Amino acid sequence: MTAMQITFLMVSAVTLVSAVLVVSVRKMMHAALWLVLTLLGVAVLFALLESRFFTVVQVLVYIGSIAILIIFAVMLTQKVMVDTGPQVNRNFWLAALVSFGSFAGIVAALAQWPAFSTAQRVVPAGGEDLVALGKALVDPNGYVIPFEIASVLLLAALTGAIYIAVERKGVQK
Amino acid sequence: MSFWIDPILFLSQWFHGLLEGWGLAPGLVTFLAYLIGGFILTLGAMLLSLILIWLERKVVGRVQDRFGPNRVGPWGLFQPVADMLKIFTKEYITPSGADRIPYNLAPVVSVAAVLMLWAIIPFSITFYGSNLNIAVLYIVAVGGLGELAIVMAGWGSNNKFALLAAFRAVAQLISYEVPMVLSMLIPVMFAGSLSLNDIIQGQDLWFLLLSPLAAFIFFISQVAEVGRAPFDLVEAESELVSGFNIEYSGLKFGMFFVADFIHAFTIAMLFAVLFLGGWRGPGAEDLPVLGFIYFLLKTSVVYFFIILMRASLPRFRIDQMMDLNWKFLTPLSLLVIVVTAVTNKLLPASLPLVRVAGMIAVNVLLWFGYQAVLDRLRRGRRRRVVAPEPRPVARANTTPSTPEQGA
Repeated sequence: MTAMQITFLMVSAVTLVSAVLVVSVRKMMHAALWLVLTLLGVAVLFALLESRFFTVVQVLVYIGSIAILIIFAVMLTQKVMVDTGPQVNRNFWLAALVSFGSFAGIVAALAQWPAFSTAQRVVPAGGEDLVALGKALVDPNGYVIPFEIASVLLLAALTGAIYIAVERKGVQK
Repeated sequence: MSFWIDPILFLSQWFHGLLEGWGLAPGLVTFLAYLIGGFILTLGAMLLSLILIWLERKVVGRVQDRFGPNRVGPWGLFQPVADMLKIFTKEYITPSGADRIPYNLAPVVSVAAVLMLWAIIPFSITFYGSNLNIAVLYIVAVGGLGELAIVMAGWGSNNKFALLAAFRAVAQLISYEVPMVLSMLIPVMFAGSLSLNDIIQGQDLWFLLLSPLAAFIFFISQVAEVGRAPFDLVEAESELVSGFNIEYSGLKFGMFFVADFIHAFTIAMLFAVLFLGGWRGPGAEDLPVLGFIYFLLKTSVVYFFIILMRASLPRFRIDQMMDLNWKFLTPLSLLVIVVTAVTNKLLPASLPLVRVAGMIAVNVLLWFGYQAVLDRLRRGRRRRVVAPEPRPVARANTTPSTPEQGA
C-alpha cells in the first residue's frame, strides 16, 4: 500500500464519517461545522488527484461561501441552542429510500462511463489545462447550455432575494 | 552554485544530496524537505511577529510623541520577548458552557489561515513554497478559512457579545472581499496568469504605475480584511470591551494577536508581489539574495504605510465602513476593470513610456470623473444625521469665579 492510498483511505473515512455526523448530530451549529470538515475532505480528495484548480475552488466556493452562509442561517434560526425534540419524523424511511435509490442510480450511470475504471490520470507538471476548461464552458459543442442555465438560475435567486429583502416605500408592516 | 548567491537553493540541494547519500528514496527526501521548509517558514513568520509588534509600538509611539517601548534591551527591542514569556505563563480561562472544540480550534485555524498564504509567496526567483498556477484564487480561498475561525470563536465562547462581534467581523470580511477580488483581477489581466511567479515575471513595469487605482482599492480592502485601524470597529478598544476574542486569555488570545500582525505583514507582501514587482530589481535574476532583499524592502515600505494609517486615521462607524465598500469601492473597481481592459488593448505594449503615461492619465480621469458623478448623485439628497443633538457634557459654571480662584 502506497502513502497515497493510505492518505486516500484516511481522508475518505473522515469525509464519510463527518458526512454522517452532519445529518445526525443534534446541534445545527455542529452540523454546519461537520459539513465544513466534509467539504474539506472532498477538497483533499481533489488535491490527491492533483487537480489544484478544483481543490481551491472547492475551498473557495463551498467552505468560503456556503459554509459561512449556512452558519449565518443557523444563527438566525430560533431555538438553535436547544437540542431537544425528535430528529426524524414518520417519513424518514422514505427519504432514506429516495437517497439510497438516487445514489445507486448515480453509481450505475457512472459505471457505464468508460473513464470509471481508469487508474489515476497523469496531470502535466504545470497543473491542468485551465484554458481548455474555460473554453469548454462557453463552447456551443461543450457545456454552454448548462453553464447559461446555471447563471440564469443564480440571477433569478439574486433578484428574488432582493425582492424579498427590499423595504418598499409606503407599505406598512 | 555558491551559498552567498542563493542560500535557500544551496541548502535544499545540500539536504537532498545528504539524505540521498544515506540511501533514502528521492520521494521521501522531497517530502522531508517540504516538511522542514514549511516548518522553518512558519516558524520564521511567528518569530517575525515579535519584531512587527515592537516596530508597530515604536512607530505608533513616535507618531503620538512618545518613546514607545525603551526599557528592555537596546531600543526596547526585547519588550515583545518579555511580553511573550509573560503570556506563556498566563492562565487559560474557558468560559462555562463553551463549545470546547470550536472554542479551542478557532485560534489555531486563525493563525493557520494566515500562514497558509506564505506557502505561495515568491520571496525570490528560486525561494517559494509552491508555484501554484491558481495562486490568486488560493489567496481568496484561504481568506474564507479565517472567517470560519472568527465564527467558531464567536460561537464557541458562549457569549452573546462575542457572537455579535463575530457577526460584524464576518460581515466586514465578506463585504471587503468583493473589491479585493475585483482589484486582484487587474494584475491577473496584465500578466495573463493567476500564478504569482508569472505576475512578478510580467512586471517589467510595476503594475502600480499601470493601474494606481487598482492598487489603491486593493490596499484599502486588504487593510479592511485584516481589520486594523481605521477598520478596527469590530474590536474597538476604546468603545467596546473587545471583539469576538473577548473570552480568550493567555496564549489562545496571543494566537489571535499574532495572526493579526502576521496577516498585516502578509498583505504588505501581497501588495509588493501584485503591484510593486515582488523580488524584481536590478540584478535580482542573477543574485536571488538581492531579489529577497528588494522584496523585503518593498514589503517594509508598504507595511510602514499600514502602521502610519493605523496611527493617523480615526475609526470608521459601521455604516460609513459599509458605504465605503458597497457605494464607493465596489462600483469603482468594476469600472477600473472595464476601463483598464479597453485601454490596455488600445495602448501599444512596445512603448513603455506611452503605456504608463496613458494608463495613469486614464486612471486620473476615471478618478475625477467618478468623484464628479458621485457628487452629482449625492446632490439634493440630504445626508442622514446619525449623531443626536449636541448637548453639554458638563454644565457651565454660572457663578462668576473670583480672580483668586481663576487659572
